[in-house]
Amino acid sequence: MSDSKEIQVKGKQELATPAEQTKSGPVFVPAVDIYETETAIVMTADLPGVAPEDIQIDLRDDVLTLSGDVRPFEGPEEDDILVEFEVGRYYRQFTLTEAIDQERIQASHRDGVLHLNLPKQAKALPRRITVSAA
Amino acid sequence: MIVRRMYPQLAYGARDAFEELDLMRRYLDRLSESVFGGPSPGRGMPAGVFPALNLTQDRDHYFVRAELPGLRADELNIEVVGRNLTISGERRIAHDENVRYHRRERDGGSFSRIIGLPGDINADRVEAGMVNGILTVTLPKAEASKPRQITVK
Repeated sequence: MSDSKEIQVKGKQELATPAEQTKSGPVFVPAVDIYETETAIVMTADLPGVAPEDIQIDLRDDVLTLSGDVRPFEGPEEDDILVEFEVGRYYRQFTLTEAIDQERIQASHRDGVLHLNLPKQAKALPRRITVSAA
Repeated sequence: MIVRRMYPQLAYGARDAFEELDLMRRYLDRLSESVFGGPSPGRGMPAGVFPALNLTQDRDHYFVRAELPGLRADELNIEVVGRNLTISGERRIAHDENVRYHRRERDGGSFSRIIGLPGDINADRVEAGMVNGILTVTLPKAEASKPRQITVK
């Protein structure tokens, strides 16, 4: 059973080419699961530390952009003793091959996990086009 | 005139090119350590056990934080024995086998990690909270571990 195995620690993956970042600080690539059903593409992304209101989802042409800002959660008086993970923004882009019905995209967020449902667009129905005389 | 060299002059009898290269490499290692903070203790992933933890302190508390997205506070088991804090639990990721996956990067499974704190703590008043997938365990320092201001008379 895959459920009983132990989780291996993985370092957070830093974005290799943080192009066009206007804010300083590290940028990380969130871990995602993406699967496809007949009617939708479903994406789950781990965004620990990002509040729901700080998640930006942007779909333009075929490119889905996911980004999230982490607000500092450490107190100003705290000194580091041990640092095993760094905290920074999340940023990731995907190119979608299927046409997505933008009107029906649903996003939910719980405990630092974003769940995104991207319904595929219904196939363009054949229509008869009548030419009206001007 | 001041000449700044990348590495110390090797005029004191480096016997061959390999020795010279070795000296250069060691010097660069030291240089990168001093510039980037290098492999100073307490950075990186020394434990290699999930979850990665950050430990900080202020005057009265230690704070242990971990990124555990998707877990609720009541799914975690947090114990304190002496100076040792244990965080264990299981991250369940439901994977549907009947669909086509494009990416599958999120790991599920059980985990257990112990971290030793540098000072004594007040085990009765340890608190843990989960906000947006970040676990914060707040451990009040025992009176003996708190910094004490000593006035010079």
